[in-house]
Amino acid sequence: MKIAVCVKRVPDMDVRFKIGGDGTSLDEAGLKFDINDFDAWAVEAALQLKEKAGAGEVTVISLGPDVVQETIRKALSMGADKGVHLKADRVPFDGFTIAKALAEELKAGAYDLVLFGKISPDSSNGVVGPMVAELMGVPCVTAISSLEIANGRGTAKRELEGAQEMVEFSLPVVLTVDEGLNTARYPSLKGIMAAKKKPLESKPAQLAEPQVKVRKLELPPDRKAGRIVGEGAAAVPELVRLLQTEAKVL
Amino acid sequence: MANIFAFVETRGTDIRKVGLEAVTAARMLADGSGGGEVHALLLGPPGIAAKAPQAAQHGADVVIVVEHAGLANYNAEVAASTTADRIKSGGYRAAIFSTTAQGRDVAPRVAARLGVSIVTDVLSFEVEGDAIVVRHPVNIGKVIATLAISATPAVLAMRPNVISPAENPKAGKVENAQPSVDPGATRVKVTETRVGGAGKLDLAEAPVVIAGGRGLKAAENFKLVEDLADAFGNAAVGATRAVTDDGWRPHSDQIGQTGRLVSPELYIAVGISGAVQHLAGMRTSKTIVAVNKDKDAPIFKIADYGIVGDVFEIVPALTAAIREAKKGH
Ligand SMILES: Cc1cc2nc3c(=O)[nH]c(=O)nc-3n(C[C@H](O)[C@H](O)[C@H](O)COP(=O)(O)OP(=O)(O)OC[C@H]3O[C@@H](n4cnc5c(N)ncnc54)[C@H](O)[C@@H]3O)c2cc1C
Ligand SMILES: Nc1ncnc2c1ncn2[C@@H]1O[C@H](COP(=O)(O)O)[C@@H](O)[C@H]1O
Repeated sequence: MKIAVCVKRVPDMDVRFKIGGDGTSLDEAGLKFDINDFDAWAVEAALQLKEKAGAGEVTVISLGPDVVQETIRKALSMGADKGVHLKADRVPFDGFTIAKALAEELKAGAYDLVLFGKISPDSSNGVVGPMVAELMGVPCVTAISSLEIANGRGTAKRELEGAQEMVEFSLPVVLTVDEGLNTARYPSLKGIMAAKKKPLESKPAQLAEPQVKVRKLELPPDRKAGRIVGEGAAAVPELVRLLQTEAKVL
Repeated sequence: MANIFAFVETRGTDIRKVGLEAVTAARMLADGSGGGEVHALLLGPPGIAAKAPQAAQHGADVVIVVEHAGLANYNAEVAASTTADRIKSGGYRAAIFSTTAQGRDVAPRVAARLGVSIVTDVLSFEVEGDAIVVRHPVNIGKVIATLAISATPAVLAMRPNVISPAENPKAGKVENAQPSVDPGATRVKVTETRVGGAGKLDLAEAPVVIAGGRGLKAAENFKLVEDLADAFGNAAVGATRAVTDDGWRPHSDQIGQTGRLVSPELYIAVGISGAVQHLAGMRTSKTIVAVNKDKDAPIFKIADYGIVGDVFEIVPALTAAIREAKKGH
């Protein structure tokens, strides 16, 4: 089975972000970057399928500036076989632009399975996987939290709001990975060494003109400071009174 | 003057609340750009046609009904191709979807078929000359982006609960249509939709969400949270990742960066510390209440009202008080 996984390099979210001087980009100083968690789970899923089948090849693809090669190497050190870097000065916000460039690359690869993360935390948009599927004309199941593949067919579970869907599909297919599918392995020292020698091809990304442009970035207003109503069950009547008279939610 | 398209999300033979929010948003956009028509699409199994008046009541001039026995479960290929075909032939300025699991699935596919971009999780929109300008949270809501969409149609998926369904009765002329592809012949099939439990409210739509964290200590103690939800009568139950990881609750209940996104009128956090990844999924809730025994827990920084103390003592007392308060109504 030939499997491709699209991975994105994203900043660690556990910080207070600063807006850059242009007002339309982030100040990246001091930010730590790593592979998107959802994409790490997608890589893990690909590796598990390959290991179970005892054969196959896992290709990792990332679009962005040269630094995204680090992200590709991380996936290689987990066990993926080869990398493709689609080189761009910066990652555009417009997911459709990204999807078109990835789809061009993926169409040429004759993959049985193409995996994406459900969403990247920086764009918080969650669109690239299903867009690529449509551009490739391949069926797609989004936000899966379980996966079985056998004899060219698969089954998966999707998480909805307070509900789940059981899905059947044929291959080739595009899947986007939700939390709960697996736990990503850490690269072993041996894996890290091996990754240095694995093939990583770099070529320019074909980027179309974006149709969505960032006009402004700003920090959201702080929520007004909270108030402790009291301690223990004795505070309950006062809370209920506030919910009725002040918040008016009762 | 521009016509606006609305995708009305359904589950079974019901319109979801987010579906009426989409119609309301489309109405606002049509009225805000010189008074065009709103065309609302309703896909579902036999019985869904009877719900067309609800879309008309909320501002649809035309309701396109695609009723088919093969649509008892969501079918992505049917939904995407039928919707895209309709939008292509309708010449719309914008198409409105919802940011739910289903909306996130169908909207990007439709946009790709139309050859245009999409922005999901839209907080607000404005027409500005040739562009539609929207606000969209990035970096899990820690930064808000203002984005200009130059594509026609502009494809937007609204965040649930930012626009309340508003009545604005229109003719709602019904047009019956066929699915663009045969639901029996698609390459992906949903074989079953498992809903949490009879009458259980949907996390994305419930006006009240009660979420439980590790402070509840064990799966069976979620009974406390369920009882409180039951006392409200209009509440859904959510959980933190600590809880879903431990298998106390299904992953579909998880709220946060990697889970579901909620924005209810009232959010009650029970035994939840308030990690940034959790806050990412609920910080836009209108009123936040927290119960935690640690007065320094980060959740208290964003909670409008907090009670410091033991959930095992406070939650049953709160449940009783809410039941009492509801009786008065
Ligand atoms: C990449 C990434 C993504 C993540 N995504 C998510 C996500 O989507 N959603 C999410 O929720 N988390 C997410 N997390 C995990 C998150 O960081 C926290 O670990 C998690 O939210 C903690 O859950 P908790 O509040 O239930 O548990 P804890 O942090 O353990 O907090 C339990 C709280 O209960 C209180 N408590 C204990 N006993 C009692 C009692 N008897 N009475 C009252 N209070 C009591 C304690 O004081 C404590 O504050 C993510 C983490 C990472 C790294
Ligand atoms: N620049 C990129 N390079 C490779 N894959 C990407 C890129 N951007 C997004 N993706 C993939 O698309 C998924 C969803 O991203 P998004 O639509 O931005 O939320 C990610 O989890 C990745 O799998």
